[in-house]
Formats: sequence, structure tokens, C-alpha cells
Amino acid sequence: MTAEATNIRPSLFQTDARTKRRNAAEKRFRLYGVAAVSFGVLALVVLLSSILGSGLGAFRQTFLTMDITLSAEALDPKGNRDPAEMAKQTTITYGKVLGAALEADLAAKGLATEGLSAKEINGMISKEAPAQLRNMVLADPDLIGQTITFKALANGRIDGFFKGRVTMESAALDSNVSPAQLELALAMRDAGLMGLAFNPGFITAPDASELRPEAAGLGVAILGSAYMMLIVLVLSLPIGVAASIYLEEFAPKNWFTDLIEVNISNLAAVPSIVFGILGLAVFINFAGMPQSSPLVGGLVLTLMTLPTIIIATRAALKAVPPSIKDAALGIGASKTQTIFHHVLPLAMPGILTGTIIGLAQALGETAPLLLIGMVAFVRDYPGVPPEGLLDPAAALPVQVYNFTQRADPAFIERASGAIIVLLVFLLMMNILAIILRRRFERRW
Amino acid sequence: MNDMRLTERSVDANEIKIAARKVQVFYGTTHAIKDVDVDILDKTVTAFIGPSGCGKSTFLRCLNRMNDTIDICRVEGDILLDGEDIYDRKVDPVQLRARVGMVFQKPNPFPKSIYDNVAYGPKIHGLVRNKAELDEIVESSLRKAALWNEVKDRLDAPGTGLSGGQQQRLCIARAVATSPEVLLMDEPCSALDPIATAQVEELIDELRTQFSVVIVTHSMQQAARVSQRTAFFHLGNLVEFGETAEIFTTPRDPRTEAYITGRIG
Repeated sequence: MTAEATNIRPSLFQTDARTKRRNAAEKRFRLYGVAAVSFGVLALVVLLSSILGSGLGAFRQTFLTMDITLSAEALDPKGNRDPAEMAKQTTITYGKVLGAALEADLAAKGLATEGLSAKEINGMISKEAPAQLRNMVLADPDLIGQTITFKALANGRIDGFFKGRVTMESAALDSNVSPAQLELALAMRDAGLMGLAFNPGFITAPDASELRPEAAGLGVAILGSAYMMLIVLVLSLPIGVAASIYLEEFAPKNWFTDLIEVNISNLAAVPSIVFGILGLAVFINFAGMPQSSPLVGGLVLTLMTLPTIIIATRAALKAVPPSIKDAALGIGASKTQTIFHHVLPLAMPGILTGTIIGLAQALGETAPLLLIGMVAFVRDYPGVPPEGLLDPAAALPVQVYNFTQRADPAFIERASGAIIVLLVFLLMMNILAIILRRRFERRW
Repeated sequence: MNDMRLTERSVDANEIKIAARKVQVFYGTTHAIKDVDVDILDKTVTAFIGPSGCGKSTFLRCLNRMNDTIDICRVEGDILLDGEDIYDRKVDPVQLRARVGMVFQKPNPFPKSIYDNVAYGPKIHGLVRNKAELDEIVESSLRKAALWNEVKDRLDAPGTGLSGGQQQRLCIARAVATSPEVLLMDEPCSALDPIATAQVEELIDELRTQFSVVIVTHSMQQAARVSQRTAFFHLGNLVEFGETAEIFTTPRDPRTEAYITGRIG
């Protein structure tokens, strides 16, 4: 700088070069931030819209509405309404009843069925529908002799036609469905015999076979996941909190506790499939627990969740101001009293948040469950706990995986629908975490 | 320091409440307190003064074994409360702290109601049998801490919602509620404004009628105002200990003189 320049006092209205550079740097940084956040939001929007776009269809299903006369001659030939006797009538019998009812309905509406064989007309009804009708009748034998309105699931291809997945062109090349059937389906829709409606079965029904995508549901998977979460919560919360309190407040600080600490941190980073192998080796092969059971799944997920809970709990305990501990000790509270009366209540929001985050992580975990057999095809609902914890069950994320493995394109929709259900559960857990944190939060 | 009427306050010949002999404190390898001998008299205010890091707070925390919570801290020597060694293996520090209460530098009320803050001590020590007795203790403790009139209508309000000075008096009430025999105060006014400080000092003078008070302070004026006896600590050593009037008017040690005239510290 020249001597002359130093003498001139710069005006405040003029930004000097240095300040300009600084401001530019700040502006740039803000831009990066906005760009990063926008990218994240965009990714989320794309993800959600693609999942919602392909998955919401799973909550609606094409049903055939028909009037069925449940004749006693066909369904209870002996006429004694004995469920054991009635159970001898298989789904084939019920399928015939459904087919007859459909033909009668078509005739009543005057819909042309030329060029379609009876088999093709019956083929429009899901193969699951006779089983559902049979279950309904067996559960309530009094229905026999009555004429009921029954909503039968339509075949997956017909359903796909109304959802835009199947077209006349694709049907022409498809051995499972013919354009003539689709024409009839359109006519039936116009006649009010067929249409899309909310499908509660997607939430409550068990999984269905490869050939019946229209009947596949998440009931067993949701129940299995709920059982596992129950086990994880009951085991990991007390064990995790007790371990954290001991390590944080009571344990002497020496190389051994340091070692434990390092190992807990490492455990949190262990790939989940390793826990699956561990579970397979220890719980199933060594301890002889049943495969595919929520109990084993819950135990494996507990092992996986524990480090998360311990780390979160210790952080929450550490965050309690030491002045509160001093205050309690200064009045003559014992260490245990200090922790349970003062430290733990203050750490509670953090502990609960950590626990719920751990649970949410466990809810979405797939890999370890594959190894312990929860990938199996399970159609029977697990029983009521505690015995039910040993019954085979599925799990939500594994169900998503299962759906994606199947050939029928109708399962793509099922998989996305299952993801939506999973996301809704995760969202509810996070909301619960926020509510609990608000509820327990105290300022000091 | 003429306005402090130092000479007016004579020290009654009270009996010794706490006797410390050859106390050494180590933090790891650091020798924080060296050979300290102090007698704390009953129903007397004793002030510990000295520059930062001189060990006065450390020594105070030895008197109710609050240093036990620090892993690397080691205490040697004898500290006798009514003739009993408080560092004896048979002594439970929890019982000791009920008799030797403590008020901290920063007001630290529990994040609970005013009532629960005061009631906590009596509750955990089983000093009361029913709610009426507890109510009585809470009221009398708050009265002793000169806080009753300000909070009697809102005992259910959170203790953390009070002003700084009120919080500190609440902490004093909380300490008083367990009826301790000695009250240790670690710079109780350092976070308070002058008005709140004056209230707390007045309070300390009143508390003296019931028990022995030991106060650590950075303010020499405060030591001169509230205490009857003063100990001057420097670099972990007890330099001088005697009646407050003497320490401030005729210090024997040149370091004491240097400190109270503001040349070291």
C-alpha cells in the first residue's frame, strides 16, 4: 500500500476487495447448502412418488360382485351341518358353485359370452375365491341355503387390465388371459358386476402362491414383525439401559471397560448379516430353537439393536449436567438414588429416541432374517404369544424381498405396497419418538 | 476496609466441629493440597480465600467427601467430624453428606417443582413420617433460606423457573432441609448479582446461629463481611488461618498481605 493510500480513509459505502471475496465465499457456501438440501428433497420426492405410484394399486383390487345361492345339495349333501362333514367338500365344489353363479349373473344381465368357454369365464375369478367362500361357509354353516352377495377376487390378469398393467395387445400374446375375456370384463364393469374396490385383504391376508398375486397379503408378515418388535423392545430396552447405566456411572475406568466400550462401538458397525449367521449358529443349531420363528428373529434383532441403544443411552446419560448429580450427591443421595431419581428421568427423552431408532432399524432389517429361515413361504398366522412366538412367521421387509423374487408382474405392485406399509410403520414409530421426547423433555 | 466493622465481630469460643490434620490431596500425580491443618468451629462462618487454583474448593469438597466422585482424586491425612474420621472405611459418604450439606457455585435446582426440590432430602433420609411433617420442613427450610414469602403461592412451579438469586436460595433451602450440622458453600454468590448476593450473605449470617458454615469465596469483601474466621490458601498450602479481623488488618504472612491488597491472585 502506498503512503498516500493509507492516508485516505475508505468510505463505508464502498466494499473493499477482501470483504467482497468473503461475501462471495459465504454466498457460494449457502448455494452449496441449498443445492445439497434440494438434491436430498428431490431424491426423496422421486423415491416416494415412484413407490406410491407403483404401490398404491395394491390397496385396491378388482372384485366380482355376484349373488350366490349356497345350495345344501352341493355343499352339505348329508344335510347335518356338521363342519367336519362339510369340510369334505373341497374348493373344487365351491369353484363350481362360483362358476354357476357367475354364469347366472351374466345371463341375468344379458351379457354376451359367445366365443368364451365355461373354463375361460370361470378363469376370470381368482383361484383363491373358492377357498375364501369355503372358509366363509365353514365358519358359518347357517349360510347354507341362503343367497348371499359375495365379492370374489378377480384373476390377477383381469385386475392388471383395470390397473393398466395388461392391455389387449399383451393379452393376445398371453396364455393366461385372452382379449375376449378382457372384453367381457369391460362389459361386466359397465354392468356393475366387476370393479376396483379397497382391498383390506392386502393388509390382513397371508401371502399367496405365485399363481395368485391378487390374493397375496401382508397379514402374516405384519404379525411376525410385530412379534419381533415386541421381543426386541422387551429385551433390548432393559438390557441396554442397564448396561449403559453400569458402564457410564458405576464401572471402574480401566483397560477392561475400555475394551468393552470399543467392542460395543464395533458391534454397532457389524454388518447385519453377520448377526444372522450368529443367530443361525447359536439359536437354531446350538439351542435348537425353531426356524422361521419370531422368537429367533427377535433375539437376533435384539443383538443387533443393543449396541445402538447402549450408545444412545450413554450419550443421553452423559448429556445430563453434572451439576444435577452434584446436587443430589450433596444432599446425601446415594449413587443409585441419584441415577434413578435425577439422571435417568433427564436422560429419558434421549434413551427413548435411541430405542425407537434402534427398533425402527430392526423393523427394516432383512438380511439376518433370511439366514434364520424367515424367508419361508408362510400361510398360517402365528398363534397368540407366548406360544405363537415359536410358530413360523414372515417379516415385512422379507416379504418385500419375497414379492420381488416372483415372476408375475402383479407382484411388483405388491412389493411396492408392502414398502408403503413398512414406511407407514416406520413413520409412526418416528412420530412416537418425537411425541415421547416432547413429553419427557425438561429444561434445566 | 474501614466500613466492614471487622472488630465488632468477636468469635465466640465455640467447640471444634471439624478438625483437619495434615490433609494431602492428589489428582493423579498432582499434589493439590499440601499439609493443611484447619479447625472449623461450630456455629461459626469460616471463609476460605485465595487465588484461583489454590485448592480451596478442593479442600472444601474433602469435607463431605464429594471428591470421592472423582476417580483420580486421593485424600490423605485425617479429617475428623466430631472426633470421628470421615475417611474411615466404615463411614458411608452418603450418611456423611446428610450431616455436611453443600451448596454449589452455580445454582443447580433439580428440574422439579420448588416443593420437590426442598422435600427431596428429607424424603430420601426418612426424616418425615407423613405429608404434614414434610410440608412443615419445606416451609421452615424455605423460611430459613428467606425464600418462603416469594414462592409460597407457587410451590408447584418448577424450581428452574426462578431467578438466579432465588434459585441459589432454593439450593440453600434444599441443603438446610436435611438439617445438616455443617453447610459447605462453594462460591455461592459468584453467579449472582449484588442484590441477590446481599440476600445470600444476610442468610449466611442467620444460618450461623444453627450450624457451622464454611464458605469458599473469591471476593475478599465477602469473606470480610460474612465470616468470623478466614483461611488463606495459596498454591495448595494453607498460608494463614485465623480470625477474620486479624487476617484482614494484621496479616502475618507477606503472601496474605500481597493477596488482600491485590498484588497476587
